[in-house]
Amino acid sequence: MDTEHISLLKGREKQVYEKKQGGAEIDIACDTKSLSGSVSQRACVFCGSRVVLYPVADAIHIVHGPIGCAAYTWDIRGAVSSGPELHRLSFSTDLQEMDVIYGGEKKLYQSLIELIDQYQPNAAFIYSTCIVGLIGDDIDAVCKKVEQEKGIPVLPVHSEGFKGTKKDGYRAACSALMTLIGTGSTEGISKYSINILGEFNLAGEAWIIREYYEKMGIQVVATMTGDGRIDAIRRSHGVSLNVVQCSGSMTSLAKDMEETYGIPFIRVSYFGFEDMSKSLYDVAALFPDRPEIMEKAKEIVRDEIRKYYPEMQKFKSALTGKKAAIYVGGAFKTFSLIKALRTIGMSVVLAGSQTGNKDDYRRLKEMCDEGTVIVDDSNPVELSKFILEKEADLLIGGVKERPIAFKLGVGFCDHNHERKIPLAGFVGMYNFAKEVYESVMSPVWQFAPRKGGLL
Amino acid sequence: MLLRHTTSEVKEREGLTINPAKTCQPIGAMYAALGIHGCLPHSHGSQGCCSYHRSTLTRHYKEPVMAGTSSFTEGASVFGGQANLLQAIETIFSVYDPDIIAVHSTCLSETIGDDLQQITKKAKDDGKIPEGKYVIYASTPSFIGSHITGYANMVAGMAEQFTVSTGEKKDQVNIVAGWMEPSDMREIKRVAKELGVKIVLFPDTSDVLDAPQTGKHEFYPKGGVTIDELKSTGDSKSTLALGYVSAEPAAIALDKKCKVPFETIEMPIGLSATDRFIVALSKAGQVSVPAEITAERGRLVDVMADMEQYLYGKKVALFGDPDHLVPLTEFLLDLNMKPVHIISGTPGMKFEKRMQEILERAPYANFKNGLNADMFLLHQWIKNEPVDLLIGNTYGKYIARDEDIPFVRYGFPILDRVGHSYFPSVGYTGGLRLLEKILTALLDRQDRDALEEKFELVM
Repeated sequence: MDTEHISLLKGREKQVYEKKQGGAEIDIACDTKSLSGSVSQRACVFCGSRVVLYPVADAIHIVHGPIGCAAYTWDIRGAVSSGPELHRLSFSTDLQEMDVIYGGEKKLYQSLIELIDQYQPNAAFIYSTCIVGLIGDDIDAVCKKVEQEKGIPVLPVHSEGFKGTKKDGYRAACSALMTLIGTGSTEGISKYSINILGEFNLAGEAWIIREYYEKMGIQVVATMTGDGRIDAIRRSHGVSLNVVQCSGSMTSLAKDMEETYGIPFIRVSYFGFEDMSKSLYDVAALFPDRPEIMEKAKEIVRDEIRKYYPEMQKFKSALTGKKAAIYVGGAFKTFSLIKALRTIGMSVVLAGSQTGNKDDYRRLKEMCDEGTVIVDDSNPVELSKFILEKEADLLIGGVKERPIAFKLGVGFCDHNHERKIPLAGFVGMYNFAKEVYESVMSPVWQFAPRKGGLL
Repeated sequence: MLLRHTTSEVKEREGLTINPAKTCQPIGAMYAALGIHGCLPHSHGSQGCCSYHRSTLTRHYKEPVMAGTSSFTEGASVFGGQANLLQAIETIFSVYDPDIIAVHSTCLSETIGDDLQQITKKAKDDGKIPEGKYVIYASTPSFIGSHITGYANMVAGMAEQFTVSTGEKKDQVNIVAGWMEPSDMREIKRVAKELGVKIVLFPDTSDVLDAPQTGKHEFYPKGGVTIDELKSTGDSKSTLALGYVSAEPAAIALDKKCKVPFETIEMPIGLSATDRFIVALSKAGQVSVPAEITAERGRLVDVMADMEQYLYGKKVALFGDPDHLVPLTEFLLDLNMKPVHIISGTPGMKFEKRMQEILERAPYANFKNGLNADMFLLHQWIKNEPVDLLIGNTYGKYIARDEDIPFVRYGFPILDRVGHSYFPSVGYTGGLRLLEKILTALLDRQDRDALEEKFELVM
C-alpha cells in the first residue's frame, strides 16, 4: 500500500488533531480501546502490570498462564539492579489444555512452592493472564495459602489482558505495591526523606537521580520500582514526600499513599535540563526549614549544566531547524521531550502517545507549534504518513517504531524499554542530544533514499 | 552470575517452567502469514498478544512487522469475539487493503469458544470480504504445543483453504518451508533454480523480512508467495515438506484435498540432510544434479576435512526447535562432535522418534522435549557434564556467560545479533556458514585461553 496516498483510518478522526490557526478546540477521544482491526502500537493490561513491577529485583515474578506471556517478558527491559537479579528470570506455570479444563490452581500452588524453595525470594508476584480470568482460578486464595506456609508476601496481580488498557495494568500493579507498603518498620527514616516513584532504573537512571537527591541531603527510602527491594517498599510509608515521574504508571499509587498515610506528592520529570532542574528545586522547596537543601540543589544544577553546556552548543548548531516526531507510551514524557528538543534547536511536528488523557492532550496542544499533529493510539500507516508529510528528520519511539523510521530514512532515538544509555538527569540530556545528533547526522543517510524515495 | 541460583541437582518439577525453550503458537502463525504476499496477519485476542509478537519479530528481524488485532474487551470475553472479528475484517479491508487476511486465534478466543471457520464464513456471507480478497484462519491456542505448532497450523491452513485442483497437472514441485529464515527460503529457491526445478515455495518471507531500505515504509513488501501461486499448488506434481513438525501438516492437507503426493524430509541443515534434500528435489523434478551443486557439496566436505582435527570429540549442548535440532544434531555427528545435551520446549511424538533415531549414533546424549524441557534444565545438565560449545537462540547467552562456554547463535529468536536473515544456514553453502561459525567460536576461545608460549600463529 502506498503510504503517501492513504487517508486516515476510518474511526480514527477523533484521535488525530492538527494544531492550526483558528482551528477547532482539541477534543481527542482517548482512554478508549483500540478499534478492532487496527494495527495498534498498544499493549494490554498484563503488559502494564509487568513493566511496572518488573524491576523489583529480590522478588520472583511468576506468570500464571500459557507460556507466551512469560516468554515475551523475559528480560526485555534493561532495568538494572545493584544486587539480586531474580526479576530477570522467566517463571511460568505453562498452562496446558488440561489445566484450562480442570483449572490451574494446583499447578500454581506447586510452582510457587518449588520456586520459593529454590530461590528464597523476599516476596512473590503472581500475574494472572487472559485465560486465568476465564477459567476462574482463585489466585487470591492460592496466594494466601502460600503466604501462610512460606512466611513471605505473596501478591496476586490481577492483570488479565483483556480487562482494560495498559493503564489498568498500572493500577493493578500499584494496588499490589499498596498491599506491601505499610508492613515494614519506619525506624531511621528522617524528616527529610522521599520516595522516588515511576523511575524504573533503565540503564541505571534511578541511580543518577538518587545521587542528586542524596547530595542535597535528602534520604531516599524507596525507588518504585527501579532497582527495587521489597523491604524498602514495605517501609516506604515513612517518608515525607512522594516524587512521581511517569505520571501514567504511578500517580494512582501516590494518591493512595496520600489518602492512607497522608504523604503529599509532586509530579516531576527528570528529562531535559529544564525539567530536571525543576524536579530538584520543587523537592527542595518543600523542605524550607533547611535552606541548605535548596543551596545544594542550585549548586548541583549549576555544576552539571556547566559541565555539559559547551558540548550541547555543538549539537544545537548542527541540529537547529531539524524536525522531530514523537510517539511514546505516556503523554507526560512527551512534554519533557518537546522542551528537550527545543534546547537542541529542534521543533516537533508530530506528538503522540499510547495512553495520554484529555488533560495531557490539551496541555500538549498548548506546548506545540502551529501545524503540529497530535495523535492518540496511532498506527504505522499514520506515523509514516505524517513523518513524510511533515518532513521529520527524527522519530522518537519504541521497539516497533524503530525500523519504520529507518526504512523512511530518518534518524531514531529509543525512548522506551530499549534505551541502552541513561537519558534521565543532566548527563542523560547530554546522552540524548548526542544520540539524536549521531542518528540524525549519520553518514548512512547520504547513501539511503529518504522521505518516500524522493530524496 | 545471573543464573547463580541454578543448582546442579536435578529435581522433578511438577508445575513450574523456568526460562522457557519455546513460546506460544500465535507468533508462529504470524510469522508464517508474513510469507504470503499482500497478507496482513491478524491476532484474534487481546491487544497485548499482537504487540508482543510484533515486538519480538521486529527485534529478531530489525524490520517493521505489521499485524492487526481484534482488541478484545471484557464484553468480548463474555459474549464471544465474533463481533470484534467481523468489525476487524471490515476495518482491515477498507483501510489497510490487503489481498488477504490470515487470522489466528489465541488462548483467550479459544477458551471462550470462538469458531474461526464459522466467523470467517459469516464475514463472507455478510459481504464483508471484497471480491477477489481472502480471509484464511488457523486455530492456534497458546496452551497447546509451541510457536512451532502455530507455524505448522497456519501453513496447513494455507494449503487447506486456498488450494484448488483444476485437474490439469502443472510441471512444478511444491516445497513447504518449515520454520526457517528469509535467507534460507531465498537459498532454497536458488538451489532449485540451479537444479532446474520449477518450484512453488510457501510460505516465503524473503523480500518481506529482509527488505531493502528504500525511503518508504512498504506496508506490504514485494516478497511472499502470491495467491495465484498458492492456488496452483493443488495442481503440482508433488510436494516436498521440509520438516516433520513445522512443514508436514501442510503437505498432508494438500494431499488430502488435491491428491498431491508428498514426501517429508528434514530441513536441509548440514551435509546429510542437504544430500537428502538434493536427491529428493532432483527426483521430484526429474533432473540430474548439476556440477555446480556437486561443487558446493565438495567445498563443504573439503572444509569438514581440513578442519576435522579441531572438531572431533568436542561436546555440544543445543536447544531450540524440532526441525532445526534433528538435522543439526546429525550435522554435529557428521563433524565428529558430540551432542551431549539437547532441549526443546516443543512437544511431539514424531520429533521424539526422529531424534531418537539420530541419537542411536550418540547413546550418551541427554534429550528432553515438551513440558519442563527448559533452559533451567539445560543449565543443570551442563553443570553436571560441561560442554565445549553451546548452540541456540539468544536466550542461551546467560548460560554461555555464567559457564564461560563458546556460543553460536542459531534459531529463533536472535535478538542481539544480525546475519540470520541475510546469510542462509540451509544447503551446502549454509552448512559451510554454520561450520565457519562453530569453528570461529572454538578457535577464538582457544586463542583467548592459550598461555603465551602456546598462543600460536598457525593453530
